Amino acid sequence: MTGPPKTSGPSEAEDVAEPLLAMHDIVKHFPGVKALDGIDLDVLPGEVHCLLGQNGAGKSTLIKVLAGAHQPDGGRILWRGEEVRFPRPMAALNRGIATIYQELDLVDGLSVAENVYLGHERARAGFTARGEINAATTELLRRLGHPEMSATQEVGALSAAGKQIVSMARALSHDAQLIVMDEPSAVLDQEEVNRLFTVIADLAAQGIAIIYISHRLEEIRRIGDRITVLKDGRTAASGLPAADTPTSEIIRLMTGRSIEYVFPDRATADDVSAEPVLEVEGLARKGEFSDVAFSVRPGEIVGLAGLVGSGRSEILETVYGARKPTAGTVRVAGKPLRPGRVGAAMAAGVGFCPEERKSQALILGDAVYRNITLASLARFHRAGFMDNAKERREAAEHTESLDVRPAGVNRPVGNLSGGNQQKVVLARWLLRGCRVLLLDEPSRGVDVGARAEIYALIRGLANQGIGVVLVSSEIEEVIGLADRVLVVSDGRIVAESAAEDIDEHRVLDLVMEGAVA
Amino acid sequence: MSAQTQAEQRPGDAAAAPPPGPAQRIGGLLASPAGRNVGLVIALLLLCLIGVATAGDRFASFDNMMTILRLASVIGVISVGMTFVITGGGIDLSVGAVMALASVWATTLSTQQMAADFHWIVMVTTALMVGAGAGLINGVLTAYGRMAPFIATLAMMAAARGLAELISDRQTQVVTETGLVDFFGAEVAGIPVLVIIFALTAAGGWVLLNRTTFGRRTLAVGGNPEAARLAGIDVRRHTTILYLLLGLACGLAAVMLLARTTAGTSTHGQLAELDAIAAVVIGGTLLSGGRGTVVGTVFGVLIFTTLTNVFTLNNLDSSSQNVAKGAIIVAAVLLQQRVSSGSGRT
Repeated sequence: MTGPPKTSGPSEAEDVAEPLLAMHDIVKHFPGVKALDGIDLDVLPGEVHCLLGQNGAGKSTLIKVLAGAHQPDGGRILWRGEEVRFPRPMAALNRGIATIYQELDLVDGLSVAENVYLGHERARAGFTARGEINAATTELLRRLGHPEMSATQEVGALSAAGKQIVSMARALSHDAQLIVMDEPSAVLDQEEVNRLFTVIADLAAQGIAIIYISHRLEEIRRIGDRITVLKDGRTAASGLPAADTPTSEIIRLMTGRSIEYVFPDRATADDVSAEPVLEVEGLARKGEFSDVAFSVRPGEIVGLAGLVGSGRSEILETVYGARKPTAGTVRVAGKPLRPGRVGAAMAAGVGFCPEERKSQALILGDAVYRNITLASLARFHRAGFMDNAKERREAAEHTESLDVRPAGVNRPVGNLSGGNQQKVVLARWLLRGCRVLLLDEPSRGVDVGARAEIYALIRGLANQGIGVVLVSSEIEEVIGLADRVLVVSDGRIVAESAAEDIDEHRVLDLVMEGAVA
Repeated sequence: MSAQTQAEQRPGDAAAAPPPGPAQRIGGLLASPAGRNVGLVIALLLLCLIGVATAGDRFASFDNMMTILRLASVIGVISVGMTFVITGGGIDLSVGAVMALASVWATTLSTQQMAADFHWIVMVTTALMVGAGAGLINGVLTAYGRMAPFIATLAMMAAARGLAELISDRQTQVVTETGLVDFFGAEVAGIPVLVIIFALTAAGGWVLLNRTTFGRRTLAVGGNPEAARLAGIDVRRHTTILYLLLGLACGLAAVMLLARTTAGTSTHGQLAELDAIAAVVIGGTLLSGGRGTVVGTVFGVLIFTTLTNVFTLNNLDSSSQNVAKGAIIVAAVLLQQRVSSGSGRT
């Protein structure tokens, strides 16, 4: 299995060097979802390998498999030509594969050096060898081109960029030969990005390979050597040259789908004259989004497309009153809502299905019917006393009409699958009755079959005259389901279009342009 | 409820757990509300058996039963209130100190004879208002001041105890109003009034938690505060009310204690917070909130007071009682963990 040394490879382009890492046909299932469906990835020593793909394409799952955080259900991982398994994250680290996640896993209260050597502390007779790790960390920081950083500084006081350097120093302290970076530039400003790229280039020159994940094509062109594109859990293309693969080609590879979703037909001939049921004007929240304006007519589905972190979820939560805006107004059926008050929005007939179903919407240990009636308790009591029978009866009517499976409103909602949990959240608002329904990622964690049902359900609600606002990371979903599409980028609405007049490429173009600017 | 859901589970359901083994089935049985209480009843019966075996008729007499219940009533009223706070996702360490403060405040009024026509009902209202006031402060600090309840109520514990010492000058203040002692020390059909108050508090607490919108909101706030907020529940106001209710319970407990001991002192209710929390947790209320049982709490209180009674009848000192108490707490929590993991709930 030992290949020829890097310099004496044959002339074939793919065989120039023995890959440092080769992942073959990696498969990973989650309950109800096939997250990875046969992925191949080759990384050469000393290259910056870019991993591209839409949200849900499998990038995060893939790097977690590589880091030993997930166990693959199939496929092989070859490391320096030798087949390996990583049953624990430490196993991958010990082989020299370090992963820097988006949410950095640093301990704020410890010093830089203590963080770098966390988990492999150096000690003599049980006493920490502070001087030794401080000196070693200072050397690593110098190697990373940041000699100005102090090894004894507390990590909590560092900027996001500083923390990233600490994470990289930690990777190097494990003698990493491959560093995986998940959207490292997302939290950095332009100057910090430039410095990060200098560091990455230095590391690559030292022979360390980097897997770099980013949505920003411009960055990939600057520092990437080769590109692998993922799509729906499969490798769509690999080994593309980063410098001169046309953007249109990359976007085509990212968007061309192997799974076709069934979207319900749009309602024909809306009465465009109808008064809007929801009007948002000049809405802003400092540091999150600004000058957001849109309106929704009864029976219309308006989709917000944008990347994670673009501000779309924050906009939705602010409209609902769960966050207080710094400026702007929200009107429902012509009447302004008191800002920052969930109660006011609900009283005006606004319903909200939040992004994180489990942490924001459901009480997992509680029965299905109780989760459904949570927003309408006032309907089920007489003088404060709950009428449980009526609750169960009315909740059951909705679970039956939505076909929640398994049936039975008494089981804990935590035992249901993602799609059925989403139906329970929708049932909550159907039971209450609303004019405006705000849906944040309604199909997240929902398997393909249940998706079609959820889509049909949402369209059905619109047909009953409810104004729907839909947020989704999946551009195809927004375009397929919505009547009108707003593109959100960096906290602003950068484009608006009828869904028929826009396609996935155009949206992705707008989203990525906005992110680069 | 749990047994029913298991029966309904179909094979092939993606979310279904693997078929339950015998251990899980027992776990499931114990996890049902009735099943949990069965465990508590067995524990209490065991204690009673030990009591009968070691102390005979001195234990198994009506008078002794009433002694146990009278002993249980003060901490019982607090524990019922504590059940609500813990179910709602909080904790209150200040209950003992607040009770002492209320007792001292009320007796100070009475010794000072503020008005000629002073009536003992003024003492009662004073104690209740002091308790409610302290509870309100706890609630506001926790809910609106966003302080960790552990810290906010720890501060209240220190401050209330200190204030009680200041007011009383560390003296024991005897209740001179015989009216109060006569009323609360009386018996109705052989049952002490204190015990009746405990029973009424427990019954009211059960109804409030299980049959009203207030109770439902409490469970929601403790189970998932963010989901409760997004479903339109005013989580902060609700949390404040929970602490206020517990403060009120402390005031009531102070009055009961005044009647039982005929004195108000700043040393009343020391470690009452631990007894109350222990009783609540043993009863099956989740310390993390979202699930609560008033019936369980009552059993928790009875188990502890019966234990004390049995030990006292056998002339064992409080040190060995404390060892037994500690063992019971650990055993109960270990059991609870097994039960909750066995039923697949979190």
